[in-house]
Amino acid sequence: MFEYAPAPESRSVVDIKPSYGLFIDGAFVDPADGGSFKSVNPASEEVLAEIAEGGSQDVDRAVRAARKAYEKVWGRMPGRDRAKYLFRIARLIQERSRELAVLESLDNGKPIKESRDVDIPLVAAHFFYYAGWADKLGHAGFGPDPKPLGVAAQVIPWNFPLLMLAWKIAPALAAGNTVVLKPAETTPLTALLFAEICQQADLPAGVVNIVTGAGETGRTLVEHPGVDKVAFTGSTDVGRAIARAVAGSRKKLTLELGGKAANIVFDDAPVDQAVEGIVNGIFFNQGHVCCAGSRLLVQESVADQVLESLKRRMAQLRVGDPLDKNTDIGAINSAAQLARIRELTEAGAAEGAQRWSPPCELPERGFWFAPTIFTGVTQAHRIAREEIFGPVLSVLTFRTPAEAVEKANNTPYGLSAGIWTEKGSRILWMADRLRAGVVWANTFNKFDPTSPFGGYKESGYGREGGRHGLEAYLNV
Amino acid sequence: MSERVAVRKTYKLFIGGKFPRSESGRSYIVQDSNVSLASRKDARDAVVAARAAVKGWAGAIAYNRGQILYRVAEMLEGRREQFVALDVPGAEVDAAVDRWVWYAGWSDKLSQVYGGANPVAGPYFNLSAPEPTGVVAVVAPEAPALLGLVSVIAPAIVGGNTVVVAASPAAPLAAVTLAEVLATSDLPGGVVNILTGRLPETVPALAAHMDVNAIDLTGVTDAELAAELEVKAAENLKRVLRPVAADHDWSADPGLGRMTALLETKTVWHPKGV
Repeated sequence: MFEYAPAPESRSVVDIKPSYGLFIDGAFVDPADGGSFKSVNPASEEVLAEIAEGGSQDVDRAVRAARKAYEKVWGRMPGRDRAKYLFRIARLIQERSRELAVLESLDNGKPIKESRDVDIPLVAAHFFYYAGWADKLGHAGFGPDPKPLGVAAQVIPWNFPLLMLAWKIAPALAAGNTVVLKPAETTPLTALLFAEICQQADLPAGVVNIVTGAGETGRTLVEHPGVDKVAFTGSTDVGRAIARAVAGSRKKLTLELGGKAANIVFDDAPVDQAVEGIVNGIFFNQGHVCCAGSRLLVQESVADQVLESLKRRMAQLRVGDPLDKNTDIGAINSAAQLARIRELTEAGAAEGAQRWSPPCELPERGFWFAPTIFTGVTQAHRIAREEIFGPVLSVLTFRTPAEAVEKANNTPYGLSAGIWTEKGSRILWMADRLRAGVVWANTFNKFDPTSPFGGYKESGYGREGGRHGLEAYLNV
Repeated sequence: MSERVAVRKTYKLFIGGKFPRSESGRSYIVQDSNVSLASRKDARDAVVAARAAVKGWAGAIAYNRGQILYRVAEMLEGRREQFVALDVPGAEVDAAVDRWVWYAGWSDKLSQVYGGANPVAGPYFNLSAPEPTGVVAVVAPEAPALLGLVSVIAPAIVGGNTVVVAASPAAPLAAVTLAEVLATSDLPGGVVNILTGRLPETVPALAAHMDVNAIDLTGVTDAELAAELEVKAAENLKRVLRPVAADHDWSADPGLGRMTALLETKTVWHPKGV
């Protein structure tokens, strides 16, 4: 491996306050019950800030503020004006992108090159895209004058903190709803900086409310009788609990949940490109990606060759300081997630799969996990069935396209899939048969605000992105 | 000359293209006829039949599905009097025929209207298209007996889903007679399966069934039962259509909602390059 001098991004561009309140009705306020928790840099275990924990009174206050803003201001504002606020927000995100990227990497542990080149640009693009819809809803295919739902309760995960916020807030606001959003417990900071951006944009008070907290705060929010819409991204288990919680209510529900995507490599695929795709599929964002290509299905005749190249490539991955511009793999987001990855990888070894990681020095402090592959994996192994949500790839083989389809679909999930082959007709044949909401052919982990994203089966329902993403926030 | 003795019809379930009695051997009387009282086992059998039919029906070309739905309209038109004899108003039969015709035309237009190319910010081909979600359990509305039933079956199957329908307990004769229409319309066996009997018996089994992908609760009038079914449906994250209001106007333009609620959107990416 080449030696590089450290090339850290300066963290002085971002000013982290010692403590943050809840963002309700346009202002930062103390929680009613005074609870708080700490947000930690997972790369160093350093405490970044003290965060307010929203209780039921706070959630209630936020929902009321959102209701008032919906009825008095946002719900009746002409679409062209809503659009301008969203365009303003998009521009402010672009202007403050360096700050946001550094803060995201600090709070989440993801490499700066990802937060800088993927997360934050997509956030701005998402607001820009949905801004344009706000005054064109009658052309979106949901009737001439589709109406918003009202107050949206939105609960987001820690893997793409600000991007998931954008996926939730941009379409909700464009459609004329107001929101109460709960960021993940371990990654609240960019959402709080986003709240400042809302203030900077002079967004009317109460249109966006950010209530920080853990699972209990989220549960209180989605169960609040004053919300009309619930949108959740996270684990399938929590998604199930939310679906039960809203049963029998009027709340419209969309869920973007777990995945166990197959990344399928055929014998005619260009090996180097496929290996890049495999690496991107499972090691992007430390594998903390619901659509990660966590099951590699490689055609038997080329399995040895592909694995050899893959191992060679994995040995080049640089694991370490998220703020270093050369880093490929950053820190695991939390101690709890690291424990989960360890538990499942130990189960993989115990069940008889062969484990391999490149020689890789991990920092002493913080939460780290070396990129890992398992070969000799069967479909019954836990590491082939359960979402690991870490930099761990399970390798299986197949002989025929039909077998590849059978194995790829043999999962309760259905979020994404990858196909690597030079043969166009085979791509389309496979794409037709894969039960997954997003199919990447000769590419992987590509996202765009115009492109609908969401799962089949137990990966959830509803789509985010594109024209389809508006449907979740319209009364249609 | 003595008057001819009429040949009466036995009203049975419709599962996998066949007309079996309930495996439980039970029946109940509606409009002076014995009607099968479906059991939970019948519901599970119907799901197996519906699942087996998915591959062929979802894989059929849209033109073919459209022609078959149109053929249903043709067959229903020809059996108009049978429904009138079951106290279905003639105008309702006409509306039901027209509804089949309307949905028949959607089969090869849904992908164009509900899917399309996405202008992503990069050198990629990117296309979204709807696909069927799979097996759909449908609770038919209590009334209108025929138009209500057709209005929940047609949108579910036009996109390639297969269905298990719990017929209105009050109007099972029209449902079984519609099954006879379907059986003679080139619709592959198992695409539509119809259970007659009590909703609280069959529907919870369908809501909890792990091989059912979606449930349409349209005909559930008991709010408590509807909530309970939705809770069961959450176990494998079924797509749920909630009950409609009692005063729902079944003659109004149905719109796309019933079709699209039972479709998945698949988006395919491919790089552009030389």
